Amino acid sequence: MAGVSRHQLDNGLTVLLKEQHSAPVISWWVLYRIGSRNERTGQTGVSHWVEHMMFKGTGQFPGGDLDKMISREGGTWNAQTSMDYTAYFETMPADRIDLALRLEADRMVNAQFEPEEVESERTVIISERQGAENSPLFWLGEEVRAAAFRVHGYHHEILGDQADLETMTRDDLYNHYRRHYMPNNAIAVAVGDFNSADMLRRVEELYGTIPPGDLPKLFQRPEPEQQGERRVRVERPGSNHFLEVAYHAPAATDDDWFKLAILNSVLTGPSGMGGGSVDNKTSRLYQALVKSEIAADVDGSIMPTIDPYLYDLVATLRPGRTLEEAETVVEREIERLRNEPISQAELDKAKKQARALFAYSTERVTAQAFWLAFAENFESYTWFEHYVPRLEAVTIQDVQDVAQRYLRPQNRTVGWFIPTGNGATDYEGEE
Amino acid sequence: MPNNGALPGPDTITRVVLDNGITVLVYENYAAQSVVLTGALTAGSLFEAPEKAGLASMTASALMRGTEQHDFDTLHASLEDIGADLDIGAGVHTAGFNGKALAEDLPILVNILAEALRQPVFPPEQVERLRGEIITGLQYRQQDTRFRANRAFRDALYPANHPYHYSTRGTLQTVPQIELGDLHSFHQRYYGPAGMIVVIVGAVKAQEAVEIIRAKFVDWHNPAQPAPAPLPDVPPVDELRRVAVTVPGKTQSDIVLGVPGPSRFAPDYRAAVLANSILGQFGMMGRIGEEVREKLGLAYYAYSSIEGGHGPGPWSVSAGVNPANVQLAVDSIVKEIRRLTAEPVSDEDLADNKSYFTGHLPLQLESNEGIAGSILNIELYNLGLDYLLKVRDEINALTKDDLLAAAQKYWNPDAFVMAVAGPE
Repeated sequence: MAGVSRHQLDNGLTVLLKEQHSAPVISWWVLYRIGSRNERTGQTGVSHWVEHMMFKGTGQFPGGDLDKMISREGGTWNAQTSMDYTAYFETMPADRIDLALRLEADRMVNAQFEPEEVESERTVIISERQGAENSPLFWLGEEVRAAAFRVHGYHHEILGDQADLETMTRDDLYNHYRRHYMPNNAIAVAVGDFNSADMLRRVEELYGTIPPGDLPKLFQRPEPEQQGERRVRVERPGSNHFLEVAYHAPAATDDDWFKLAILNSVLTGPSGMGGGSVDNKTSRLYQALVKSEIAADVDGSIMPTIDPYLYDLVATLRPGRTLEEAETVVEREIERLRNEPISQAELDKAKKQARALFAYSTERVTAQAFWLAFAENFESYTWFEHYVPRLEAVTIQDVQDVAQRYLRPQNRTVGWFIPTGNGATDYEGEE
Repeated sequence: MPNNGALPGPDTITRVVLDNGITVLVYENYAAQSVVLTGALTAGSLFEAPEKAGLASMTASALMRGTEQHDFDTLHASLEDIGADLDIGAGVHTAGFNGKALAEDLPILVNILAEALRQPVFPPEQVERLRGEIITGLQYRQQDTRFRANRAFRDALYPANHPYHYSTRGTLQTVPQIELGDLHSFHQRYYGPAGMIVVIVGAVKAQEAVEIIRAKFVDWHNPAQPAPAPLPDVPPVDELRRVAVTVPGKTQSDIVLGVPGPSRFAPDYRAAVLANSILGQFGMMGRIGEEVREKLGLAYYAYSSIEGGHGPGPWSVSAGVNPANVQLAVDSIVKEIRRLTAEPVSDEDLADNKSYFTGHLPLQLESNEGIAGSILNIELYNLGLDYLLKVRDEINALTKDDLLAAAQKYWNPDAFVMAVAGPE
C-alpha cells in the first residue's frame, strides 16, 4: 500500500498517516499495546473493563456528553479489546476530525474511573458475559482455549472469568490504566481525506505534550509445547452438537503463519479482512463434512497474534449425526493435507481469494486504519503492506510442510459440545 | 486532491430501464478495485402460504444449488476461484441478491446471477441438503433467546393473516412440508423482470455495466408474474400483551417490546426515525441506553429501532438483561416511551439528532456496499435520484411537534406487545 508515512513523537508515540481522498471521511485510531494475554489470574478481563471505563468521560469531556458530541458531528466511534491490544477509534466526516483527535489525547491521561461508575459498569460487563454464555459456542470456545493454554495468558476469555469480574476493584482498573495508557505504549493512525503535514502538526500539538511513562514489564508466560492430544466436553442445554479442533499455531510474524493461512483457505475457505467475504463451498472440509450431510456448516480461522495462538476448526453438526463421525472426517482431511500435496489449482485459488479480500478491505478507511495499527502492534505496518506478497510466496511444498509440523494429533485440543436435557425436542408451541 | 464531498445524485447515478422492465442503476467509484452487485425482485415471503412458511427463503437459497449450465460445485468454483461472492435470499416483500468481486470480474458475477435467477434446476439431493441445513439452523435458533423473543413478539403483534406474523425462515413444522415442486412453481410464478432492480457500484464504467446486464437479462419475460396483493390491516394494540418464552439453561433474558411502526412510505416516516433516534439510538443508544445501561447498569445492550420497509414493520425496543432485572428494565423503557409521547423533545435533542443524520451521510457512503444500499433504497421506495442531495433539507425542516405527533401516533405507553425469552 503506497503512501503510509511513519513518525515517532519525542514522547514515543508512534504515528502512521495515510491519505485517501476517495470519500470526505477520516478514521482515527489509538491502539495501546496491552490486551488480555498480559492479564494475571484474579484480574482476567481487566483490559476489557478498562476499555468500557474509557467511555465514562474525563473532566473536559463528561461521560454522557461524549457519545452525543461524536454523534452530533455525524461520526461513529467504538473500541475493541483483543488478546494483544486495546484500541479506540472514531470515523468522522473529514472536517470534524479534530474532536476525535482532542478526545483521544484527553482520555489517554484524564479518564476518571469514578467508583460509582465502576460499580455500574460491573453489572454491564457481567451482563455482557452472561449474554455470551447464552451461546453454546462461547462455552465450547472457552473450554478449548483453557485446555490448549495451561500457562500462557491466551488461556482465558477476553471478557474475563466471572469470579474476577465480581471481585476486581476500582483500583485494579485504574492501576491498569495508569500503567499501560501512555504515549510511548501507543500507536496512533489516521487514514482518510487529510493533508499529512497538517495532520502531523495537529497530532504533535495535542499529543506531543503528554509525558511518557515507564513501560511496565509485561506479564508473559510462554506456553510449553503440548505433549499429547487434549480433549474437553461441554454438556449443557442446547439443540446442536458442535465440534471444535484447535492446533497450536505460530505467531503472525512467522512465515509459517502465512503458509497456514493458505492451508486454511484450502481446507475451510478464506478469512475475510473486513469489507467482504468469500464463501467456502469448494473448500475441502465443506465438501467432506457439509456435502456429506454430517455438518450444516464448518469454519476455520487462524488469527494473526503476537504470541503463538491456535488454528481453529468449528463444525455445527446436523441432527442425528455424531461427533465421532465428524471428527473422523476432519482427521481424514488433515491426514490428507499431511500426506499429499495440494493441487496447483487450490493454491492459485487461495492466492486470488487473498488478493480479492485484501482489495475489499481497502474500500473503507476505517478498515485500513485498523489493519495498520493492528500490524504495527506486533511487527510493523508493513506486515499489512506485505500481506498479499507473503501469501503469494507460499508454495505447495510449504503447505504440506506446515501441515506435517503443526497439524499433529499431539498438538491439538478437541472439544465436544453435547446438548443435554429436552432442549432438542422442546419446540412445541413456539416458532 | 481533497474530495469535494459530492453525494451520488442524478448527475452521477446512471439509471436505465430495460425493455422488459428491469431497472439498472450504476455508480462509478474508483476508490478500490472492487465492484458490488446488488438488487431485488418481487419474490418475497408474502406470496407463500402459512403452512409452507419458509418457501420463498428456501427457493432463493436453492437458486445457487445448481443451474442448467453449472452444477453446485462448478457454480461455486466459478465464484470462489476468483475471490467473488454472491448471496441470494428472501425477505417478506422482496428476494434480494448481494455480490462482490474484483472489478475486472463483473461479467463472471453477472453471468452466475443470470443463471441462478433464470435457469435454476433445484437438484433434488441439493434441495434435501439445503433443507437439512435450514432445519439445523432453526434448531440452533430455538436456543437463541434473542431470536425467540423476536419471534414471539412478531407472532403476537401481527395477526395470523398477515405476512409479518411469520418468520421468513419458516419453522420446524413448515420447512419439512415444502416439496421440490413448490420450489419450481414458486420460481416459475414469482421470479421475473417486472419490478426487478439491479444496482452496480465500483470501479467499472457505467455504460459497460448497463450493457453487461442488458446482455444477460433483456430477453427474460414472465407473463405469469403477479403484482403483490395489498397487506391486510394490522389491528391496533389496545392493551398490554405479554408473552413469555422459556429457554432452559440460559443466563440472560432478552426483551422485545413494541408496536406496528411507519412504513418507508409514511409521510411521518422521517419524523418517527428522528424521534426513535432520540428514544434509543443517538449517542450510546439514546435515552433508553442512558437509563438502562448507563444509569442503572442493567444491560449490555438496550436500543430502539424502526424497521420501515414496504409495510408497517415494528417500532420496537430490544434489551438483554439479567433475568432478575427484567421488570426493572421494562419499567425504565416504558418510562422513556411515556416521556416521548407526553412532551416535546428539547431543542438540544432535536438539533443534535438533525446534526447526526445530516452529518453521518458521508460515512454511510464510504464503501461500495453503503452506496449500493442507498441507491437500492432510493429505487425501492421511489425516493428520487436527488434524494441524497435533498434529504438534509427534509431533516432540517422537521419540528418538535412533528416528532411528538409521530410518537403519539404509533405509541401508547400502556398498550404494546412485550416478549421476554429467558431461563425459567
